[in-house]
Amino acid sequence: MALHTAEDTIKERNVAIHPRLQEFTFSAKRFLKNPLTIIGLVIILSFAMIALFAPLIAPPQNADPYRIPHTGWKMAPSPPSAEHPLGTLEQQYDIFYGIIWGTRLAFKIGVVVVAVNLIIGIILGSVAGYFGGITDEIIMRITDMFYAIPFLVMAMALVVALGRGLKAVIITLIILGWPTYTRVIRGEILVLRDRDFVLAARASGASHLRIIFKHILPNSIYSVLIIASMNVGTIVLTAAALSFLGLGSETGYADWGQMVSMSRNWIVGPADNRLAFWYVVIIPGLVIALFVLGWNLLGDAARDVFDPKMRRR
Amino acid sequence: MAENLIDIRELKKYYPVHGGIFKRHIADIKAVDGVDLKIEKGECLGLVGESGCGKTTLGKTILRLHGATSGRIYFGQSEDIIERIESLLKSENPEERQEGEKLLRQHDLTRLSRKNLLPLRKKIQIVFQDPSNSLNPRMLVKAIIAEPLIAQRLMSGKDIEKRVLELLYTVGLAKEHMMRYPHEFSGGQRQRIAIARALATYPEFILMDEPTSALDVSVQAQILNLLKKLQDEFKLTYLFVTHHLLVVKHISNRIAVMYLGKMAELGPTAEIFDKPLHPYTKALLSAIPIPDPKTKMEKIILSGDVPNPINPPSGCRFHPRCKYAKDICREVEPKLEVAEGRHQVACHRWKEIS
Repeated sequence: MALHTAEDTIKERNVAIHPRLQEFTFSAKRFLKNPLTIIGLVIILSFAMIALFAPLIAPPQNADPYRIPHTGWKMAPSPPSAEHPLGTLEQQYDIFYGIIWGTRLAFKIGVVVVAVNLIIGIILGSVAGYFGGITDEIIMRITDMFYAIPFLVMAMALVVALGRGLKAVIITLIILGWPTYTRVIRGEILVLRDRDFVLAARASGASHLRIIFKHILPNSIYSVLIIASMNVGTIVLTAAALSFLGLGSETGYADWGQMVSMSRNWIVGPADNRLAFWYVVIIPGLVIALFVLGWNLLGDAARDVFDPKMRRR
Repeated sequence: MAENLIDIRELKKYYPVHGGIFKRHIADIKAVDGVDLKIEKGECLGLVGESGCGKTTLGKTILRLHGATSGRIYFGQSEDIIERIESLLKSENPEERQEGEKLLRQHDLTRLSRKNLLPLRKKIQIVFQDPSNSLNPRMLVKAIIAEPLIAQRLMSGKDIEKRVLELLYTVGLAKEHMMRYPHEFSGGQRQRIAIARALATYPEFILMDEPTSALDVSVQAQILNLLKKLQDEFKLTYLFVTHHLLVVKHISNRIAVMYLGKMAELGPTAEIFDKPLHPYTKALLSAIPIPDPKTKMEKIILSGDVPNPINPPSGCRFHPRCKYAKDICREVEPKLEVAEGRHQVACHRWKEIS
């Protein structure tokens, strides 16, 4: 490959692409250089496709599409067959159907929780970091309180208090998730607040809102976006853990954590064939792991591209 | 006598120091401690002093980037109003003093409300030391230069583009620079962008906060000449903060020397260089390197460091490092007094030692 010379740059300019687009293509190129990034991207895009086309891949048979259809009440899971491509859980819940609709649910939980957390975190973190003083003190002491109690204990207590079920899990994860973002954004803003370009904006007569949104956040938001992309996986994992503990969705719901929970009694098979029911644990577990891995790879890649320290200046 | 654009009276800026478990207020860093300074319309006043003497703080207080602890800054106010307010404030009668305070809220830059301050933002601008720090890395040059115009809603759409283009030409850049990011420019070009931004709103006063210190020597001269040209062209008033004395000699009409938050000496550039009166100024000037190895010159090397501004020395702040110090210097604080003409000095013994 030929080196990128100054002449090339001039040529590119003459094509007259908008510099923002150029900046974007530059980032995208760097983004796609890493093979791990492409793996992450492929994983997440595949999951997204599955979530999007769930009704086509696995047509719902109940009024609530998230209810996994089950054929019969037989307790022991059935191995993969023509009728059930990935086998069934206990009481003959179809694993394939659960995985497909579980993908949709995972996106729903992950994206909703992380988006709300981001919004709360950015607002509170900006206020705390930018204005400082007593506001900062109050907001940061509240986030400290969240860090003082073990996460899972707090989550379980909150879910029970909110009345169990998926909704309770989502609300709990929202309540517990924002302090991380608030802290990171506050730290970033503290660094930027006294930088000369922010002072210059103040001397230019820019309002506080304008300074935060036009000058500070565009320079600091990437760190939380990276955390957010990694957290989508983590949030789904936590939701699965809560479901596994019996606090999330009810039995037969297309939720990966719930599916693992239903497999609890079948991890080990009968004495003559210990691995008889391998599919009930391995398949949902693998899917969860893959989902989390995808988001982590994506987050890592985002850090490589967006981290200002690693960017060209 | 020339008209004053800025009149600073008894300005103080203290930074509180907190300590202990309860973050009690235990001391103050006295960055600027009672400074009186007048900046005349159309002049370039050089403000020199060593690191940490409060010169940048003083400048940034004029821009209201820092709030003042006490004191007054009058910007573009007529002599009559200033004198009236000052005499009201000194009055014995508490009602008159109250009247003075009320007037201050409309005329004193440090006390203006945000709303009343905004029109002044147009007239007061700043150029920072390091342009790689003072330009938002995620904004296009066009947006950076237009920022004051947009933030203050002075222009819109096509007019902004025209004005930006005009400014680019003024500072020696071209149209194709408009749609680029700051990281695509050299240091000198970036400083030109910063200067263009400062000029955007047709200011009257620009604070130059060491605008050449971060640049290559070859570029420094270009930028200095540009600043000089712009000053003539747009009738600007500069406060030129620097620790580089030769730069100041090149561009300033008058020089103010600061030491530890106080004004030490003030006078026309030629007089300060020819006949420095304050021992500190003498030491500063003797530190300028002369590009001729044969010249023998008496170097005054100051002993010790700048004292801690939390607890400055009694009397004259310079006395622990001054070889002429006597008892009076340790006990009485010298006031800025007129030496001759427009030359002022704050030293008890300037007559004897000169």
